[in-house]
Amino acid sequence: MAEEILYLTELLGLKVYDLRRRPLGRVRDAVLVPKLHPVRVDRFLVAGGGGYTWLYVRHDQVAEISLDGIWLRDEMLVPYHADEYALRLVRDVLDQQIIDARGRKVVRVTDITFEVRREADGDVLHVLEVDIGMRAVLRRLLQGWVPRRWIRRLQRRVPPNSIRWDLCNIVEPDPQRRLRLNISMEPLEQMHPADLADIVEELSPEDREAIIEAIDTEVAAEALSEMDPETQARIIESLDAGKAADILEEMAPDEAADVLAELEEETTEEILEEMESAPKAEVEELLEYDEDTAGGLMNTEFVAVHEEATVADAIDALRARQDLAETVTTIFITDTDDRLRAAIPIARLFLAKPSSRVSELVRPDDEIIQTTTETPASRVLELFDKYNLLTLPVIDDEQRLAGVITADDIISVLRNR
Amino acid sequence: MLRRLRHHIAVFFAVIGPGFITAMVDNDAGGIFTYSQAGAKYGYLPLWTLAPITLLLVVTQEMCARMGAVTGKGLSDLIREEFGLRTTFFIMTLLVLTNLTNVMANFAGVASSLELFGISRYLTVPAAAAGVWMLVVRGTYARVEKVFLIASSVYVCYIISGVMVKPDWTQAAIYSVRPVLMLEPGYITMLVGMVGTSVAPWMQFYLQAAVVEKGITAKEYAESRLEVIVGCIAMTVIAFFIIVACAGAIHDVAPRDIQDATDAALGLRPFGQYAFLLFAIGLFNASLFAACILPLSTAYTVCEGLGFELGVNKGFREAPVFYWLFTLLIVIGGIVILLPGFPLVKMILLSQVINGALLPLVLIYMILLVNKDRLMKKWKNTRFYNVVGWTSVVILTGLTVALVILSIRDLMAG
Repeated sequence: MAEEILYLTELLGLKVYDLRRRPLGRVRDAVLVPKLHPVRVDRFLVAGGGGYTWLYVRHDQVAEISLDGIWLRDEMLVPYHADEYALRLVRDVLDQQIIDARGRKVVRVTDITFEVRREADGDVLHVLEVDIGMRAVLRRLLQGWVPRRWIRRLQRRVPPNSIRWDLCNIVEPDPQRRLRLNISMEPLEQMHPADLADIVEELSPEDREAIIEAIDTEVAAEALSEMDPETQARIIESLDAGKAADILEEMAPDEAADVLAELEEETTEEILEEMESAPKAEVEELLEYDEDTAGGLMNTEFVAVHEEATVADAIDALRARQDLAETVTTIFITDTDDRLRAAIPIARLFLAKPSSRVSELVRPDDEIIQTTTETPASRVLELFDKYNLLTLPVIDDEQRLAGVITADDIISVLRNR
Repeated sequence: MLRRLRHHIAVFFAVIGPGFITAMVDNDAGGIFTYSQAGAKYGYLPLWTLAPITLLLVVTQEMCARMGAVTGKGLSDLIREEFGLRTTFFIMTLLVLTNLTNVMANFAGVASSLELFGISRYLTVPAAAAGVWMLVVRGTYARVEKVFLIASSVYVCYIISGVMVKPDWTQAAIYSVRPVLMLEPGYITMLVGMVGTSVAPWMQFYLQAAVVEKGITAKEYAESRLEVIVGCIAMTVIAFFIIVACAGAIHDVAPRDIQDATDAALGLRPFGQYAFLLFAIGLFNASLFAACILPLSTAYTVCEGLGFELGVNKGFREAPVFYWLFTLLIVIGGIVILLPGFPLVKMILLSQVINGALLPLVLIYMILLVNKDRLMKKWKNTRFYNVVGWTSVVILTGLTVALVILSIRDLMAG
C-alpha cells in the first residue's frame, strides 16, 4: 500500500533496506537544503551498524518509501558530516518555536507532514505542513509503542491543526546560517507592524534581536513603535549601534527620543553618534525635555507656514511632507520669529482660493489652545480631555513653536499608566 | 557611588516579585501544618533544620531564576526543546496530579481556617474558588502580581503571633544553631517532612516562568538573584516563627501531636485572642494564596510545555486548554472539600509520593539544562556551583525518597 502522506514521527525509526532487501539501519533525521530545493527532503540520516555510524541517504538513492520502510536503489552511502547549508528537521525544527505568519502567532512544532511524491526514478518527500495541536501530540506520544497504522486509525478522531510550510518562519539567531538556510523574512515584513510587535514580544531576547536585525529597517522601526518602552529599550540596546541608529532614524523623533531616554547615557551617546545629522538634531532636542512634561511628549513632525504665505504655498508645504499625510490634521501659521500665530484645520485650505493668504483663513473666534514645553503631562491630558483635541501645539520659552502633541501620543501615555 | 547604589536599589524593586512570591507560597497550608506539628511535638529542637533548608532552596531557586533571565524561556519550554515531547508530557502529567492534590489541601485550609470563625465551608470554599478564578481570568500579570505581593505581606501575622506567645527566646536561639539528631522514628519523619515540603517541583516552573513574564534579563540578574535569596530567607523566617509559636504555646505546656493547622491556632488561644486570630488569618491567607497560584502555574506550565496557547492576557476562545485546565483544577480542588467523607489525608499522602517521584526528575533536568553552553553561554554553572547543585539534588532526592517510603507506609496503614 502506498501512502500519500507521511509524518516525520512515522519516518523516524523507519527501516532502510539495501538492494538485496537487507536492513541497513533506521532513519534518525531528515535534511532539507533550502538553497537547492525549498521543500524536498534532500537526505535522510540513517543510523546503522548498531547505531554507531550515521550515514547519509540522498533523495536520488531512494526507490520506494512507505510506512513499512525505505528501499534503496543505490547503496553507495556517505558517512554523516556536519553541513552548514542543511536544515535538520528533528534537530532544528521539531519541538522548536516557529512563527505562523498567517495565524500571526508563535507556535511550537509537534510534527511535520510530508507529501510522498512518486517520481519516475523513485519516491521523494516534500514538506507540506507543520503540525501543532492535539492530533500531533497523540501521534508523538504513541509513536514507537503502537504500530504506525494503528496510530493513523486512532488519530482520525482528533481534529488536525497544521500550518502550511511556506507560511512558517523559522527563527534563526545566527545571521550567517540564516543566509545559508535561505530563510526569508518576507512573510514577517508583510504583516501588520502591530501583529509583528506582538509576536516579537512573545519570543526570547535572543530570537527578538534576530528578527529585528534581519527584517527591513523600516518594518523594524514600525514594529518597534508598537511595543512598550521597556521592551523597545532592551531590543535597541542589544543591537549594534549602527543598526540601532538606522532603526531609530526611521521612527518618529519623539518615539526615538523616548527609547533613547530609557537607555544608559553611554549607549545613547554611541547610538546618537551613528545617526545622520538631521534626525539626530531633532532627537537630541527632544531628549533635553523631561519625560513627564509636554516637551517629553511632543514630536517635531508638524507643518508650519509663514503668515504671509498663500494657500498654494501651504499646500506645497504639505506636499513636501508626504510622510505625514495620514496623520496631519492641522497646519500652523507662524511669524518671522517662528512664533505661533494661529492653527487652522487642513480642510480649510481646500475650501479657499489658492491665491489667498493663509492669514485670511483665520477666523476671529479661532482661539489657539497651546501649551509650553515645561507643562506637566497631567495638565496636557486635561487639555486634551477638556477641548477634545487631536493636536496640541507646544511652544518654548521664547514663544516659538517647538513641537506638537497628537492624540496617539496621549493614548500611549494613558496606556502606560 | 551613591548614584550607583540608588540605581541598584531601583532595579531591585523593579525585579521584586517572582522570587518573593514563590518562596512565600511555599508556606502554604501543608507547610504551615508541617511546621506547626514540628513545634508542637518537639518544641525548639527542629529549628536547626531551617538554615540548611534555606540553602537548599536558594541553590535550586537561583538556578531557575538564572535560566529564566538568560534564556528568556520557561523551564517547561526548555525541557520540551531539549528533551522532547514524551519527557515533557510525562513530567506535566505528574505535575498536574500532584498540584491538584495540593490545590485540594489548600482549599481545605481555606475551609478549616474560616470554620474557626464559625463560617461554613459550603459558603467559603465556593466563594474562594470564584474569587481566585475571577482574579486571574480578569487580571493582567502586573495587577495579579501586585495582589500576590500584598498577600505575601500578610505573612507578618505569624511573626506577631509568634512574639505574642512569649516563647523561650534563649532556647530558640540555641537550637537554631545546634543540630539535634535523635534516632526516633517520629523525629526523623518530621525532619524529612520539613525538607520535603520546602522544595516542590511546581516552584521551579513557577519561578522561572514569572522571571520570564516579568521581562528580567541577564543584565538585571544580580538584583534578581538577590530577590530570590531575600525571598527564601523571608520564607524561613516565617517558618521559624510558626515553629516557635507552636513550641511556646503547645510544646511548653504539654507536647502533643496536632491533627491539622487549625488545631495549632486553637492551641494559641490561651495566649490571647489576637495570637489565635493572627495565626488563623495567616493560615487563611496562605491557603487562598496557594489556591490561586498553583492552578495558574500548572495551567501555564502545561500549556507552555505542550505548545498550547496560554496567558491571562488571552481570551477563553484563544487559549481554551489553558482556561479549561485552570478552571478544572479550581473546581475539582474546591468540590472535593465539600464532599463528606472524601479521603483528603490519603490524597495528600499520595501527592507526597508523586511529588517524590517528580522532584528528582525536575532537578536533574534543571542541572543538565543549566550546564548547556548553547543555552546559558557565560552564565552556566561553575564547577563549584555544580558540586553544590548536585549535592543538593542528591540530598533532596534522598530525603524525598524517604518521604515517599513513609507516605506509602502510612497509606498502607490507613
